[in-house]
Amino acid sequence: MSLARRARRNRLGVETAAAVLSALLIVWTLVPLYNMVRVALQEKEDVFSNSVIPETPTLHSFWTVFKESYWLLANFWGQMANSFYIGIVVASLTLIIGTLAAFTIGRMRFKQGWMLSNAALMTYMIPMSFLAIPFYGIMGKYGLTNNPIAVIAVEVTFATPYAIFIFSQYGASIPMELDEAARIDGASPPQIFFKIYLPLMAPALVAIGTYALLLSWNEYLYAFLLLSSEGKLTVPVGLGKFLNSDEAPWNYLMAAAILYAIPPMVIYYAFRRKMSGGLTMGGVKG
Amino acid sequence: MAVNTWAGDAALAPVERRQTTRRRWWASSERLWALAFATPYVCVFVAFVIYPICYGLWLGSDPASYRQLFADPVYPAAVVNTLIYLLVAVNLKLFLALLLSGFFMRKGWWNKALLVIFILPWAAPAIPGYISIHWMLNGQWGLINNIIWSLFQVDGPPWLDSSWYALGSVIYAHIWKWLPFWTIIFLAGRMAIPRELYEAAAVDGASRFHQFRHITIPLIAGLYLVCTLLSAIWALGDFNAVRFISGGGPALSTHVLATLGIRNAFELGNPALGMATVLSALPILIPLVALLIRQLKKGQVEL
Repeated sequence: MSLARRARRNRLGVETAAAVLSALLIVWTLVPLYNMVRVALQEKEDVFSNSVIPETPTLHSFWTVFKESYWLLANFWGQMANSFYIGIVVASLTLIIGTLAAFTIGRMRFKQGWMLSNAALMTYMIPMSFLAIPFYGIMGKYGLTNNPIAVIAVEVTFATPYAIFIFSQYGASIPMELDEAARIDGASPPQIFFKIYLPLMAPALVAIGTYALLLSWNEYLYAFLLLSSEGKLTVPVGLGKFLNSDEAPWNYLMAAAILYAIPPMVIYYAFRRKMSGGLTMGGVKG
Repeated sequence: MAVNTWAGDAALAPVERRQTTRRRWWASSERLWALAFATPYVCVFVAFVIYPICYGLWLGSDPASYRQLFADPVYPAAVVNTLIYLLVAVNLKLFLALLLSGFFMRKGWWNKALLVIFILPWAAPAIPGYISIHWMLNGQWGLINNIIWSLFQVDGPPWLDSSWYALGSVIYAHIWKWLPFWTIIFLAGRMAIPRELYEAAAVDGASRFHQFRHITIPLIAGLYLVCTLLSAIWALGDFNAVRFISGGGPALSTHVLATLGIRNAFELGNPALGMATVLSALPILIPLVALLIRQLKKGQVEL
């Protein structure tokens, strides 16, 4: 009897502790996000107040961003289009280059395949920002400064290694017998690639496509260094300029930041199930 | 073909010869295809990895830039900040992620819903989150000090105007942004551990703590080490957190090597000095990479 009561009390204690921890986690997670929404809902003058909850919430700042009626936001939708364009091209190129390389490594009798995997591993271990200075110089030599192609190139460079790992891992689960059978029937490598490999790789393609898209959507440093003219900037660079300008109306900045954050979050939550295999760094062997 | 008549052998010979020539032809064409398939990645690797590395090493090969760098009073502070950032932010974050991953192993709809909320900082792009934290920590008008004021009627600390608070704020932002990612990694690692181990231990009377100590830790140690190394490498190259939270200030006191390199190269217009700054991080980077590769070669953890 007393044992059962103690067990019940114990469970109650554990549940209380779990509830407290849950509450703490929610506060920890949401405070910066709440701050973003809070400031975006304020008028320009109310930003400089001691309020915790906006007294007269308004969607005015979102409307301003929407109509681009503030000088730092003059090309907001153009910037969104630039970000989107770069993201789509990066995702496509990463998928093409990554699948071709992974197919060579895993599915063809190609003795030098290990060199490709090592090249990918090496690239993966270089902190991206460490190559920014020489990369900027080289893009000048290639004549690609202030050209979105330069940003696309760097994003593809740093997205493909991870793509190759995931494709190789995922491809290992596709039986080689399929390839062998097709070969006996006289299929050439491109036929095997297009008719057998790619269709079976679909889940990994979705995961890596999303990964590459989000990677370049989030890129700040390289876009900031490589793009200079107003019409070519991406959104994060625009937000950075906004932050560093002398009189930054914080409500407009936060509204623009929220609009920029929404598409990747929608994509992420839409593809969450498909990405959980891919984006969590692949499987963990027991 | 263990038993053969001579007639059968003779009849088979030309067929076999034809097959080997066809196989050889096929193999060589496969080789060509393999080369063709590998070419795009090889081009990307040579043009955008090898070439920048060589160019960077060449840019940073002038001893004069190192002399200038070591004479710069900002540099020692940046080195110390980098080390603090790596040791404190990475380890604190991963330790919390390990504990939280255990919490998220609990069952029930509530936990699933909580995980969806918890992932938000990682699902959202970094820059908006960092900008929000930057303004949230404003000493005069920020949300945090407004809350402190409305609760206790005292002024909160000027978070971004003192170097220690500012560095702490950068570390806080880093943990806020990346904790969900690593928690999910450890969650996946824990899920890969067979439940029977815990059940058997529970039958034998092992407490929760003992199960954690003698089952979870040994089985997850390899993953934990790989994550620590990888996270340290990424943190070493992290530019955005410092740039957007403290901006390197106050008075250039919170720069790390990654941001100082960019500042030296582009704001001061001295690429050689910037490259020297970045290359001076190699004594930290190379051991991390070497250890990581050794760990990966053991094959317990795949990227």
